Amino acid sequence: MSLFTHSVNQASPATSASPAAPLKLALGPVQYYWPKAQILDFYQQAASSKAQVVYLGETVCSKRRELKFSDYFAIAQMLREAGKEVVLSTLTMLESPSELKELRRYCDNGDFWIEANDVGAIQMVQEQQLPFVAGAAISVYNHKALRQLVQLGMKRWVMPVELSRDWLLDILQQPLIADVRDCFEVEVFGFGHLPLAWSGRCFTARSENRAKDQCELCCLNYPKGRIAKSQEGEAVFLLNGIQTQSGERYNLLNDLPSMQGLVDVVRLSPEPEHSFEWLDKFQQVLESTATSRQPLPANDCNGYWHQLAGLQQARLQQTDE
Amino acid sequence: MELLCPAGSVAALKAAVENGADAVYVGLKNDTNARNFAGLNLDDLKLAEACAYVHKAGKKLHVAINTFAHPNNWQRWQQAVDQAVSAGADALIIADMAVLAYAAEQYPHIERHLSVQASATNMAAIEFYRKFGISRVVLPRVLSIQQVRAIARSSDIELEVFAFGSLCIMAEGRCYLSSYLTGQSPNTAGACSPAAFVRWQEHKDGSLESRLNGVLIDKFAPGETAGYPTLCKGRFDVDGELYHTLEEPTSLNTLALLPELHREGIRSLKIEGRQRSPAYVASLTRVWRQAIDTLLKNPDAFSVQAHWDQVLASLSEGSQTTLGAYHRSWK
Repeated sequence: MSLFTHSVNQASPATSASPAAPLKLALGPVQYYWPKAQILDFYQQAASSKAQVVYLGETVCSKRRELKFSDYFAIAQMLREAGKEVVLSTLTMLESPSELKELRRYCDNGDFWIEANDVGAIQMVQEQQLPFVAGAAISVYNHKALRQLVQLGMKRWVMPVELSRDWLLDILQQPLIADVRDCFEVEVFGFGHLPLAWSGRCFTARSENRAKDQCELCCLNYPKGRIAKSQEGEAVFLLNGIQTQSGERYNLLNDLPSMQGLVDVVRLSPEPEHSFEWLDKFQQVLESTATSRQPLPANDCNGYWHQLAGLQQARLQQTDE
Repeated sequence: MELLCPAGSVAALKAAVENGADAVYVGLKNDTNARNFAGLNLDDLKLAEACAYVHKAGKKLHVAINTFAHPNNWQRWQQAVDQAVSAGADALIIADMAVLAYAAEQYPHIERHLSVQASATNMAAIEFYRKFGISRVVLPRVLSIQQVRAIARSSDIELEVFAFGSLCIMAEGRCYLSSYLTGQSPNTAGACSPAAFVRWQEHKDGSLESRLNGVLIDKFAPGETAGYPTLCKGRFDVDGELYHTLEEPTSLNTLALLPELHREGIRSLKIEGRQRSPAYVASLTRVWRQAIDTLLKNPDAFSVQAHWDQVLASLSEGSQTTLGAYHRSWK
């Protein structure tokens, strides 16, 4: 049982983590199923964008094969040549041996960091003593679990989407973390539709009255997911294959100042439209010394960051403005 | 093949043991377990009483400490482990890697079972958790029987599967739907769609609306059976079509899969429902005891008896049951 008690002096500092360093902007992996041409176009734009970190790879469904591993690898190299920190993101729900086999190819790539979205991926990269990013769907809710991952080689931690600034502060202030804080970066999901759940069932196929085995890749028809509204017309969630997302868009643009000194990286999750415009807005707020709040679309939400229901604040903002 | 039954009270625990459970699982009266409901679960004294009763009957007691510890309240999870062990628990059901590490260090002789809330859906994930000396994995309800079989055949670790009860259709421990609507996470507060956020509204025409923190989950016509407003069992509108977008109100029932689960060496069949009454637990336990005994007597001749199905349907959400993800057509 020595694993849990030995010191973390083997953990080397993450290259760019420093509480004083400015926030970096990251593009998360594309959560939707887009045609190959659209994805290639997206990453061409990403190469010349303000993003310093780019994640890419299929995180939702192994049946989505518009791009193969070799395609992602080629894009990753192109982005690195453009000066980006590149991370290969991996499947969140791993069920079959074939999915594990494909995951192994990512973990064995020998070059790029991996974002592990399931502990199975952590197991694989750790066997090879490779550094990794722990994704938001890994259940880390306290300093002791976080410290374990640092010991296993984690270089960046993406906090679970449902946690708040206060919760993050509670974790980072623990002595157990304070003394390894320069070994890893903290990333927060800051923009886009929140990934909220993963199922054995495909809800997009179900919405077309198809079984998952006969899905005919119908997610391609919904590049921003399918909205499910309450019987009163309120957007409750988005169907994205086996994944369920928030009905409203999460937007922490006005919360960037409250991340200073706590967070190293802010993630923007790609949407089919306006992603790069939002990236520019985030960059402007980071560069600005003004403290005025930016006007946001009425339905954008930021509840989780404020320790509220995730969908909240949308309404508060409406009454605010 | 173990029959593992739920108990939210000492009365339910006795009902389970008297009707043939091999083991019973319980939780403590706080947010360290995933059924943290008012009036449910056992305090220190009751836990000791439960242990004594179960052991006298030659059965086993598992204690679920399966939420994720808070950074500023770690002591509560540590104490939960200490309390369970000192009361005499035979196994601890744990999801949080921090709690697993503590239990493994302090009480290496007490069995650690990986909770379904840890969402170990594959062999690599199981391998990850093996470092904590777990002896058993509770498999998530998102797996098909083929996937269960693949895991069973590639590992010697004990496997426990959900056999009956409420059906979580999302990978457990990684579902944030409830916190998105209510702000309270099953992972940290121990309850999905907590009752405090539920509102029922009856209209003059006899129709009924169910809301979760103000969001309309479903509307029921006069006389229609109304289910508890768990977000994933609601009726929503997708491009003009109104239907149970994620899942119908229904319960998981794997009676028909018993021979296959037995063939694959599944160690334990778990019945969901610590929030249920002693009478419910008694009826369910009786049926599953009969089914398992029938199976073990002659596995090749096993068939589901009609009266078992009748009893189970009468105890199910919406009187419907499903094989859930075990059967590919459900997906």
